Amino acid sequence: MNHGPDDILLEVRDLHTSFKTDEGLILAVAGVDFVMRHGETLGLVGESGSGKTVAALSIMRLIPEPPGRIFKGRILFEGRDLLRLSEREMRKVRGNRISMIFQEPMTCLNPVVRVGDQIGEAVRLHQGLSATEARSVAVQMLRKVGIPDPDRRAKEFPHQLSGGMRQRVMIGMALACHPRLIIADEPTTALDVTIQAQILELMNDLKEDFQTAVLLITHDLGVIAETAQWVAVMYAGRIVEYADVKTLFSVPSHPYTIGLLESMPSLDGEIPEDRTLRTIPGMVPSLLDLKAGCTFQDRCPTAFDRCRQEEPPLFQTHHGCLSRCWLHGR
Amino acid sequence: MGAELLKVSGLVKHYPVGGGSFRKPRGVVQAVDGVDLTVMEGETFGLVGESGCGKTTLGRCILRLEEPTAGEVIFKGQDVLRLKRKALQDLRRHIQIVFQDPYSSMNPRKTIKSIIAEAFSIHHLFTSEERKRRLEELMTVVGLLPDHLSRYPHEFSGGQRQRICLARALALNPDLIIADEPVSALDVSIKSQIINLLIQLQRRFNLTYMFISHDLSVVRHICDRVAVMYLGRIVELARASSLFARPRHPYTEALMSAVPVPNPEKRRHRIILHGDPPSPLHPPSGCTFHPRCRHAMPKCGEEKPLFQQIEGGTWVACHLYGNPSRE
Repeated sequence: MNHGPDDILLEVRDLHTSFKTDEGLILAVAGVDFVMRHGETLGLVGESGSGKTVAALSIMRLIPEPPGRIFKGRILFEGRDLLRLSEREMRKVRGNRISMIFQEPMTCLNPVVRVGDQIGEAVRLHQGLSATEARSVAVQMLRKVGIPDPDRRAKEFPHQLSGGMRQRVMIGMALACHPRLIIADEPTTALDVTIQAQILELMNDLKEDFQTAVLLITHDLGVIAETAQWVAVMYAGRIVEYADVKTLFSVPSHPYTIGLLESMPSLDGEIPEDRTLRTIPGMVPSLLDLKAGCTFQDRCPTAFDRCRQEEPPLFQTHHGCLSRCWLHGR
Repeated sequence: MGAELLKVSGLVKHYPVGGGSFRKPRGVVQAVDGVDLTVMEGETFGLVGESGCGKTTLGRCILRLEEPTAGEVIFKGQDVLRLKRKALQDLRRHIQIVFQDPYSSMNPRKTIKSIIAEAFSIHHLFTSEERKRRLEELMTVVGLLPDHLSRYPHEFSGGQRQRICLARALALNPDLIIADEPVSALDVSIKSQIINLLIQLQRRFNLTYMFISHDLSVVRHICDRVAVMYLGRIVELARASSLFARPRHPYTEALMSAVPVPNPEKRRHRIILHGDPPSPLHPPSGCTFHPRCRHAMPKCGEEKPLFQQIEGGTWVACHLYGNPSRE
């Protein structure tokens, strides 16, 4: 993570977010650190419950409180600690400097407002444009995200659009104020592969145009490989590996990452005679009763005594990346 | 591979849309529009396609969870669509279905024991002593503990729930299991465990699978033959090895190239399909794929291509492969 200090856009340090549940306190994010530079894409990968979405919502300060609470850490964005801003100041950041794209556009779009007006709302709010100006920005944005006949489409309601088009609208809305950072939470997971390919291509093109940094949250390593420059792999609320995308896929360091990559069926790999896939045994531990030591110990093929006693910190590996594993602690 | 287990010919399922009880429907959704396929004993037959292509409806029609509009389904020599209630119930002992979301396919208020044992009661099988033994055996077979029988669905993780659904499907010793996106809702590390379990079970019980999925890498891994569906029709059917090595239909080709590959150093040639799949309410004329096809010729908008064999075991419906065609 050795970036120059000047081009740092976002710096998350020691972030801790907890949730109160009936069964006890859950540390959904337990000490997450990462840095993002202007214009780069950081992929945040992990399985359900790994804390990737909570980490993202914490950056946006969208954690419902209670039951949630960001109780430790710093989120430095453009030099300011977002955790110290008042709700009013934060509202000027959301949708303006940082915006978000969610998995299911239908639940994020207002079903009774025309899509053009929904895109226009952000620019009216943050840039003080008039209704007419906002409308023309909305039509421009729809054109930029590749919606045919944008004048007509701007007047339609979300249910009149297909899933792919709705996600385009969401992207248009997210980009309308030229944010510096877009947080995209599983933006293509609900879409079919051919539509996913369209949306990923669109996001890559627009990222170039707008020079926006993207925090891409996904469980799909294929999507990461095609869009991200840096990758943080999360497991049980922690980042267990942090690497540039080429290193992560060619020489993964953490046993969890290695296991994930080995267990994925591929479109071109060799299929063994008995067709058995490699697996990671067991399942993700419950955050309610984590044992001492490494969170991956029970599923790890290389676990040794130390892993059961002490939780490893992030170590620098010989490939210049970070891995939360005692194997690299030499 | 054994004999022919299931043969589907000319299967059609239309849904009228719009209109109330006294009004005429506004149109017809052609969810499945003339499908022919054969599933051999012991094989895994993959059915792939994007949402709305009719793959799930096709699976449900085979079990008569939906009544097909036309066509023929022959299972082990029996004409499924002519079966009366009693005989149909008997048939369903031999064909089971597993759904994508294991949670919504189990009654949350029942214990695992009663969820699985329900099948025994419906079919009046086994004494209570035998049932108990059978239940415990089933749990072990799918990698759970017999102790789990007294628990409720919410006490299990997604992967475990899918194991329970498999135990339920296996309870009656079926010949064919229709698995509709069985691993799509699961996390990556759990997905491979369930895929391995499916493969093990197939070997152990000599099962035949119809594996419905949109996940091409999984399909390539476990299927012997694969049919690709687009807008209610099969556009290509081939052995998995040849389909993935050399897709023939332009849609198959585009579909495969759209899958993101977990290798950043490999930039493949991607065919981006433009636009959305057309509505099955108003399918395009001729070949339904022609408005999005990069090889489309004038003929494609006019004539429906014939589903024909172009090589041993490879069937394609596309004018690129020439030959006679007729509506």
